[in-house]
Amino acid sequence: MSTTIEHTDVTRRDFIYIATGVVGAAGTALALWPFINQMNPDASVLALASVELDLAPIAEGQGITIKWRGNPVFVRHRTQAEIDAAKAVKLEELIDPLARNANVPDTDQATDENRVVGGKEKYLVMMGVCTHLGCVPIGNDGDYAALVDNVKTGGWFCPCHGSHYDTAGRIRKGPAPENLPVPVYSYISDTKIKIG
Amino acid sequence: MSGHSNYQPTTRFGKWLHERLPIMELVQAQGMDFPTPRNLNYWWTFGGILATMLVVQILTGVVLAMHYTPHIDMAFNSVEHIMRDVNYGWLIRYMHANGASMFFIAVYIHIFRGMYYGSYKAPREVLWMIGVVIYLIMMATAFMGYVLPWGQMSFWGAKVITNLFSAIPFVGDYITTWLWGGFSIDNPTLNRFFSLHYLMPFVLAAAVGLHIWALHVPGNNNPTGISVKSAQDTLPFHPYYTMKDLFAIVAFLVFYMAWVFYSPNYLGHAINYEPANPLVTPAHIVPEWYYLPFYAILRAIPDKLGGVIAMFASILILFFLPWLDRSPLRSFKYRPLSRFFFWVFVVVCVILGFAGSGLPDNYFLSHHAAPAEGFHFTYKVVGQLATFWYFFHFLVIVPLVSKIERTEPAPASISEAVLAKAHDHAA
Repeated sequence: MSTTIEHTDVTRRDFIYIATGVVGAAGTALALWPFINQMNPDASVLALASVELDLAPIAEGQGITIKWRGNPVFVRHRTQAEIDAAKAVKLEELIDPLARNANVPDTDQATDENRVVGGKEKYLVMMGVCTHLGCVPIGNDGDYAALVDNVKTGGWFCPCHGSHYDTAGRIRKGPAPENLPVPVYSYISDTKIKIG
Repeated sequence: MSGHSNYQPTTRFGKWLHERLPIMELVQAQGMDFPTPRNLNYWWTFGGILATMLVVQILTGVVLAMHYTPHIDMAFNSVEHIMRDVNYGWLIRYMHANGASMFFIAVYIHIFRGMYYGSYKAPREVLWMIGVVIYLIMMATAFMGYVLPWGQMSFWGAKVITNLFSAIPFVGDYITTWLWGGFSIDNPTLNRFFSLHYLMPFVLAAAVGLHIWALHVPGNNNPTGISVKSAQDTLPFHPYYTMKDLFAIVAFLVFYMAWVFYSPNYLGHAINYEPANPLVTPAHIVPEWYYLPFYAILRAIPDKLGGVIAMFASILILFFLPWLDRSPLRSFKYRPLSRFFFWVFVVVCVILGFAGSGLPDNYFLSHHAAPAEGFHFTYKVVGQLATFWYFFHFLVIVPLVSKIERTEPAPASISEAVLAKAHDHAA
């Protein structure tokens, strides 16, 4: 019997070598996964996921910055001039035509309405993290702020690499590829929101 | 590895050890008797200087780790504790911080020396490529070390650099989250950077071992670029080059200590003495001086992914240099056109460094903003011109010039070159 096996091209031994090699490689890959995955955020980090905020004390024309998941969130009570400026922009002028709003479908366009939640266009809530390389943009600045008596209101400018955002937080000029993202949030009362 | 020595153990212990581990033979063959071209100039001492700096950085770093706390609430204060309380802590920290800058000064001279004398050309391609790997490891190590003091520049430098990976299509965001261990730079990030900053120098030391191994197979290049042809072209490494290296190392240490004692913060940024604040980016963030040319390249491309690709490509292109240079001669001493463009390239690299240091829309080398309309020599525009030249140099000038240039007559051998020089001096 052993003679017949020796004469075939593929031997039992070849099979065992290859099978052993495959099992060894698969086992090494599996053993590697915990060492890679340990660097991902753990459950305690993921759990720090929501924060509540009362919008009533924020005066018109005032913006505040709060911290959520370690990152700044801009909450701005926009003036009518800022809202009008944002609405006057045609969609084809935008670098990024998508709303980037976690509360509307991914494919929605970046109209001013789609940048806020619940039709409350006075309040603009978005991540204060430049979509270029993560710096915090400076408010009431940039080439796309609304101008009232020659004073810039609304609009953001990133000091790191010169990205300009308009009064709806949409990227208009500079290296940043996307509009400032709007996080998941909802109104839990008329003037209170819950982010996350 | 041991072909250059006739090591014979003389003592009984020496014989006993030699039969079990011929390490003394290795030391004598590679560290003492190793035949080295007799005409190496002082530009060749930077290898020894770099090895010294690696040892200095490891020693000071191990000491700093004894007093440092890698936690976001305590890191900044523990560095101040090192500066104010720990005995000689200020000295050790200033040695480490300035040591990084000295390390980069030495490595840039070492790299430019290799370029000028054609040390990357056959048969030293692998030696050169390991060198590029060492440079990449150095950059990663220095970057992670700079994050540890947890000042404003530490934090925002880390944020910008890690965000480079978010430019990768589809998986970019997953990679940054994985690198951070969260949704932003935070305690997990600081912890892992500390761990890796401690690990990397030893990886670096292993790569240096390979670099020296790859050096000792073909042996040193030399200022003429002519290969060693006979024993008359060489001298034993010890004492001739151990002494020459040692002298250069001492001179370099004087330069290094001048920084440490008289201007320890000149090469750093004052704003890094402000604790990290994740909600406010400083008005002007810049990397350490040794990254500025690459930062200028990143900013030169008005597209996120494009900028990141250009920046990485500017280093990776060095891997291909041995094959971009088509000349039969190594040393630029006998290649006048290559020599000219080499110096142009050095100047362009320095310009890139300045271009990376200022606000993009300010006039180059000034603090005044340029008007938005029209063409102005801003930091950004100068950076773009210099970035163009950087790649033009490697992709067009080097291949073209190395093929068409008329070389000057090179000596037949190293000893002929040395004797001709001696003759000139006598006459």
